[in-house]
Amino acid sequence: MIHFVLLVSRQGKVRLTKWYSPYSQKERTKVIRELTGLILTRGLKLCNFVEWRGYKVVYKRYASLYFCMCIDQDDNELEVLEIIHHYVETLDRYFGSVCELDLIFNFHKAYYILDELLLAGELQEPSKKIVARLIAGQDSLVEAAKEEANSISNIIAQATK
Amino acid sequence: MDSIISTFTSGTRLRDMIRAIRACKTAAEERAVVRKECAAIRASINENDQEERHRNLAKLMFIHMLGYPTHFGQMECLKLIASSGFPEKRIGYLGLMLLLDERQEVLMLVTNSLKQDLNHMNPYIVGLALCALGNICSAEMARDLAPEVERLLQFRDPNIRKKAALCSIRIIKKVPDLAENFINPTASLLKEKHHGVLITGIQLCTDLCKLCPEALEYFRKKCTEVLVKTLRDVVNSPYTPEYDIGGITDPFLHIRLLRLLRVLGQGDTDASDCMNDILAQVASKTESNKNAGNAILYECVETIMSIEDNGGLRVLAINILGRFLSNRDNNIRYVALNMLMKAISVDSQAVQRHRTTILECVKDTDASIRKRALELVYLLMNETNVEPLTKELIEYLEVSDQEFKGDLTAKICSIVEKFSPNKIWYIDQMLKVLSEAGNFVKDEVCHALIVVISNAADLHGYTVRALYRLFQASPEQESLVRVAVWCIGEYGDLLISNIGMLDIEDPLTVTESDAVDVVEIAMKRHSSDLTTKAMTLIALLKLSSRFPSCSERIREIIVQHKGNFVLELQQRSIEFNSILDKHKNIRSALVERMPVLDEATFSGRKSSSVPTTVSTSATSLKAPNGTVKPAAPLVDLLDLSSDDVPAPSSSGFDFLQDLLGVDMAPSSAPSNPNQATKTRADALLDLLSIGSSPLQNSPSSIDIISLSQEKPPPVVALDGLPSPSPAPSRAASQPTVGPILDLLDGLSSHLPAPENNRTSPAYPSIVAFESSNLRINFSFSKTDGNPQSTEVKATFSNLSQNVYTDFIFQAAVPKFLQLHLDPASSNTLPAGGADSVKQTLNITNTQHGKKSLVMRIRVAYKVNGKDMLEEGQISHFPRGL
Repeated sequence: MIHFVLLVSRQGKVRLTKWYSPYSQKERTKVIRELTGLILTRGLKLCNFVEWRGYKVVYKRYASLYFCMCIDQDDNELEVLEIIHHYVETLDRYFGSVCELDLIFNFHKAYYILDELLLAGELQEPSKKIVARLIAGQDSLVEAAKEEANSISNIIAQATK
Repeated sequence: MDSIISTFTSGTRLRDMIRAIRACKTAAEERAVVRKECAAIRASINENDQEERHRNLAKLMFIHMLGYPTHFGQMECLKLIASSGFPEKRIGYLGLMLLLDERQEVLMLVTNSLKQDLNHMNPYIVGLALCALGNICSAEMARDLAPEVERLLQFRDPNIRKKAALCSIRIIKKVPDLAENFINPTASLLKEKHHGVLITGIQLCTDLCKLCPEALEYFRKKCTEVLVKTLRDVVNSPYTPEYDIGGITDPFLHIRLLRLLRVLGQGDTDASDCMNDILAQVASKTESNKNAGNAILYECVETIMSIEDNGGLRVLAINILGRFLSNRDNNIRYVALNMLMKAISVDSQAVQRHRTTILECVKDTDASIRKRALELVYLLMNETNVEPLTKELIEYLEVSDQEFKGDLTAKICSIVEKFSPNKIWYIDQMLKVLSEAGNFVKDEVCHALIVVISNAADLHGYTVRALYRLFQASPEQESLVRVAVWCIGEYGDLLISNIGMLDIEDPLTVTESDAVDVVEIAMKRHSSDLTTKAMTLIALLKLSSRFPSCSERIREIIVQHKGNFVLELQQRSIEFNSILDKHKNIRSALVERMPVLDEATFSGRKSSSVPTTVSTSATSLKAPNGTVKPAAPLVDLLDLSSDDVPAPSSSGFDFLQDLLGVDMAPSSAPSNPNQATKTRADALLDLLSIGSSPLQNSPSSIDIISLSQEKPPPVVALDGLPSPSPAPSRAASQPTVGPILDLLDGLSSHLPAPENNRTSPAYPSIVAFESSNLRINFSFSKTDGNPQSTEVKATFSNLSQNVYTDFIFQAAVPKFLQLHLDPASSNTLPAGGADSVKQTLNITNTQHGKKSLVMRIRVAYKVNGKDMLEEGQISHFPRGL
């Protein structure tokens, strides 16, 4: 099971955190601090796994961002690397060549996509196409609501003139 | 929408806030921006502004990610979830998952909204609710909403079914009783074609099997064949771009199927047989040039190792691991090492074949790989390969990273201790470790080494000469210095005379003053710690007798410490100086070579895991007259000053240990108390042999003891020593004939020491608290077999001339201790009454061996109707409680 997902920049700035096991606010800060210290200092060619507090943290660096997932001792580390890559590809498909700025300004979108990929710390969907379709479906619902609001506010705006 | 709203309100847009925060150059600036934003959000929340809610929450989530407190926004999530529109719900659920966790009470309030949304017409909204439930639900919510989720497992939309399946995993983990309800719906998920549903269904099935034996039985019978067929179909399916992951079709499905088959096959021959063929196919056909393929192979190997034995398959699996191990990709090597640890219990011969490669991995630049490899090497060790493997490890120790040396040293020491074929090998290896990484060697390892050296009579000369050489080469390794100093002190004469020369040794010429030089260097080193320095003083004392020609020089060195600021060193210096000056006649007997330390006792004591170190400080005790003076009864024993009779404390025994140079805590191993006490007796006998010189010239310690003690055995005498009413204190009060005779006399006259302390280790009682009005004494006892708990008998003495009434004693302890107070024997303390009230305290030390007891006390009583209150802290409990 994946206990949490962490996205941190090379400077140690947190870009996304998702907790599937209960961690209090204090513990979360501590975990992030510990792991960034551990992972950001590792050399490029070293393996992508770090043993930490009886768990394993699988991480992979994409450009300036580190994607980290914490798993149990007996989980498949190689598979988790694929899950990370799967997520990155899905983000890439959604944003169109994703960069760190996309994830900063549209952090909620990154969360929505993650929620379609993982649930309860387990993989939910192996198909990027289906994830893209589901996100698009929900986005269009939001768009529709926006337009409606737009038209109403237009009406109000006109009425108050 | 943001732009629209901003025309109506004064709040900034999310995008602007993020920009403003990113523009901050310092943390203080960022805090200011966040504070301003939070204030605006709070204001907006208070106004209950519905239009703003959506955006407030988005901002709060961003602020939350930066690590600022956002609890005030929690209720906003609930409001958004309760609203009707999809956009509001979407962000509301996201906020709920991010800002709250299952332990917050607020979460319960969302149960009702969740229930409604699980039954919503819009499948996207059902999806949102399932997602939130699956990620953060508590046991209570799981119980409430399980029926909804169970129903959704059959929902028409596959995307809801898969979410419901994963949500069910969380539910059954939170409430395992509910597992049974999910068995049937799960079975139907296993027949699905939709990969998402199939993957999640298999995952649910795996977790069900782990949680519920009935489920395991059910799925093993009904589904093994279906799953084997599914795996076969997936393996043989043509390339499907939609599920392509790194060139392989849906490795996730492969892996989950293999994992479930592992659970089903474990412990069941029929099920295992059923899957043999397909496992062989996966193991031999999967491409191993891509990570995804290797992930499948890795999972397959684990399944093969876990299911019931099939020789052929296991050979295949071990071969895959061998290939992994020689892979250039660090990740692959890491998982290979990981898997070999599991394989070792299945087929240790096969793993042994990869020994050289594994040993190479110990030297890898990657800390994760090194750690795994070291663990594996440790498991691979046996009597036959220990010598070459240890040699390799020690060679690597020279070049390894500083941060890895600690782990590596600990493992090497443990290996050497466990598998050493003979003593000389043990000593050789340990000396190498000490000279390479002495600073990382733990105290108990040094003590074990000293015990072994002491027992190897024929190697004394060899060892001391080797240590002398090593000390010259690496004087910066603390542990090496300690062992060297101890050995030179004990066997200094062998160092000079080259007695017991082995064929393998190079001849060495050391003069007496060279040997003293070594000890002096060790003492003057800045980095030497107190223990080392204290040991050097003892070594010098011993050398003064071994090397009469250097005696004067040694005395000068010892005298230099007379004014040392550290009490321990000062005291030793003064005492030793006095031995050198005034007691020349007994000196040689006093500093005789240590009797052989009992190995069985040492290992027995170690297994009882009583971590004790050489005492480095003398506990101070408040004597009845209120002056603080060091309590060291043995000092009195040796007749070095002290006209007062201090109560013995733990340090008395520590001092004995220090004098002996090895730690022998006053705690005998429960396994062999007799032997333990015997060694202690030996130790004491050695000390007592000082009495021999004035009487007769052959210092045979046993003789003299048996001479002076007719009735009781020496063991009793020793047990009596640290016990509450000790021999030495009375010994000192005997009419003085000569200090030494007096000593023996005193001891022998008080040998009927308490018998009841014989089995459990005795702890000296302490004056826990003393003021002008009140004294509290603690005495300790332990029950056998439970080292954690201590029974403390507290006795209270009224030191004033008034009666104390309404006497209440209270105590508080830190969290790692548990305290139980029995009622006091009385709540009135008569005037001047010594020990008139008693009270029993039971303390359980959950960190026994790591932390020592500490207690804060408060005593309330009334004197002539006036309330009195006294408080104090007790931290000078005897060690090892």
